[in-house]
Amino acid sequence: MTPTETDVLQQCFNGLVSGSFYALLALGLAVIFGMLGVVNFAHGACYMLGAFGAYVALARFGVPFWAALVLVPALLFLVGAVLERALIRRLAPLDPLYNFLLTFGLTLVLQDLVKRGYGVQSQPYPRPAELTGSVHLGLFDYPAYQVFVLAASVVLCAAVWLVLTRTRVGLVVRAATERPELTGAFGIDVGRWVTPVFGFGVALAGLAGVLAAPMRAINPLMGADLVIAVFAVVVIGGLGSVFGSVLAGFAIGLLQALGNLYVPALSQTLIFIVMAAVLLWRPAGLFGREEARA
Amino acid sequence: MRKTTRALCAASAAGVLLIAGCGRGGPGGDEKISGGKIVLAVLNDQSGVYADLSGKNSVEAVRMAVADFQAKHGDQAVTKNIEVISADHQNKPDIANSKAQELYDRQQADTILDVPTSSAALAVANVAKAKRKLYFNIGAATTELTGKQCNKYTFHYAYDTYMLANGTGTAVTKQGNKNWYLVYPDYAFGQDMQKSFRTAIGAAGGTVVAADPTPFPNDNFSTYLLKAPTLKPKPEVLGTMQAGGDLVNLVKQYNEFKLREQGIKLSVGLMFITDIHSLGPDAFAGTTFTDAWYWNFDERNRQWAAQFTARTGTRPSFAHAANYSAALQYLEAVQRAGTDAADDVVAKLEGYQYDDVFARHASIRAQDHRVIHDVYLAEVKPKSQVTTDWDYEKILRTIPAEQAFRPAAAGGCAMS
Repeated sequence: MTPTETDVLQQCFNGLVSGSFYALLALGLAVIFGMLGVVNFAHGACYMLGAFGAYVALARFGVPFWAALVLVPALLFLVGAVLERALIRRLAPLDPLYNFLLTFGLTLVLQDLVKRGYGVQSQPYPRPAELTGSVHLGLFDYPAYQVFVLAASVVLCAAVWLVLTRTRVGLVVRAATERPELTGAFGIDVGRWVTPVFGFGVALAGLAGVLAAPMRAINPLMGADLVIAVFAVVVIGGLGSVFGSVLAGFAIGLLQALGNLYVPALSQTLIFIVMAAVLLWRPAGLFGREEARA
Repeated sequence: MRKTTRALCAASAAGVLLIAGCGRGGPGGDEKISGGKIVLAVLNDQSGVYADLSGKNSVEAVRMAVADFQAKHGDQAVTKNIEVISADHQNKPDIANSKAQELYDRQQADTILDVPTSSAALAVANVAKAKRKLYFNIGAATTELTGKQCNKYTFHYAYDTYMLANGTGTAVTKQGNKNWYLVYPDYAFGQDMQKSFRTAIGAAGGTVVAADPTPFPNDNFSTYLLKAPTLKPKPEVLGTMQAGGDLVNLVKQYNEFKLREQGIKLSVGLMFITDIHSLGPDAFAGTTFTDAWYWNFDERNRQWAAQFTARTGTRPSFAHAANYSAALQYLEAVQRAGTDAADDVVAKLEGYQYDDVFARHASIRAQDHRVIHDVYLAEVKPKSQVTTDWDYEKILRTIPAEQAFRPAAAGGCAMS
């Protein structure tokens, strides 16, 4: 059976929706890596905490989805800031391996804590009432919620990009990301920015988790399954490159969906094949620079 | 295959160590009860994906069986000394293998119960055979346990892939839903289920329009869901063999893409009541599946479920009830035999007919050690019809024991 044009278009949409999650998670990872040089292996767990946060907020406190979209990331910003101050910062001067082990350990601890509290079964979370219908997109109908996720993620990524390129704060963060010593020499206290940037990355992962809650299974392992793919995305985009990570996120989502349509057997490995190919061609990733700390 | 080899190596290594280490022979000479006590060991998943539907609460269910056995027989009991122990096999065949050896040898377990995950279940069956000790599998689905890999000491208790496919595939097809689209996770369980469903659907006069393997684990099933209405002929049923988190993902997306409204029903290969609880009944409303047992089926089940809930704080899954039943029937068999010597107990179990809170019209087939019992075709109720906590299922019909399971002759079991 050959897929029709509509099938292909629908698949592209599916891909972009998956890509939304890749992009949001990759964005946070890239910002954290760029500024701190830390590969945050706990990023998947933060995404999981976001989804659980939304679930607990609704089930325990009756907080609706729209409020959770603001509250849960805000809470995770604080969690991220505390983690950075209490743990990450202390290991930063050492070999990067130490922070890798730390964040990996954090993942296990967070997963087990959630498991202890809520078990391994997935938790229920309804779609917000406003988004239960579907939207007509020219040739086909598509669930309104997925369209919302895609739009929200595009807007968020664009906003982060604008802040980084068009504001003073962005200027400082970018400068500190690329040339920390030189930025310091200009009298800017780089260390002051490290905590909020880490918190921001964690909050973004949490936000992705809240967005995932109505459409994905909410269980302690949901982040662990996803984060491997996101790492591949970040590597393809170029370690530390914010723009590259976001672009690679959407592109990989799209590619996987089309792979699903034409060569289903490859869909799972496709991302790693692409990663290998990109690394052979550009060892620092598509948008990474050779001289970066990669 | 590699895992099997590794498990076998681990098994032989551990075996050598244990024999060399303790030098303890078989069950002691003239004692009727070895070591002066009966030890029931629950070996299952206590922290992974099956922890909620079985796990620690299965251990509690076995304790309930011991208490009921003691209350029934009192001073007449073959021994008053009955112990329940447990271990976590993490769903890994190599760990299951070494834990099983440890339970039988060092902790003097007379029987092992539960063992979800087919690869782990088969590993334990090998140990049971080698050690000549009893093993009741409850949690695993593979028909191999009563097929080519059957043995004298292994019994398969609650369910299997044949029973699931035969129940759901046959019944749903006979309701007039001829065309199926099967979606299954690409690993042993999913492939096995797909084959069993295909056979059952074909035998009932239906057609499998298409069958797609999906990555495992997977969180985006939209490709398959969008494909379903475009197939020719358009399938009336989407049969999913996914389990756990993947099943939840698929069902959420099935609802988002409004397949039910497009005339494509959902049928689930293996579903536990905990899965319905995960998503809420409305997401599954109208979905048919085969259940080995349902807590709210009749007064007898409700009473047992109430006791279980008082002990654990949650409603029992069929796996919990089946663990209770297997432990109880094992103890009763020891009582009838007057000894816990494995061969004597096996003789008392083979061909035995009984009826308990889990197993109705039950008997233990001597040819392949399949425990056959009534099973149920169930439909998930919409939330509006749910009256009490966890009251999610409407039992459409009872599938009688002798029709529910694969005929002994078809499995290829040569009992050894």
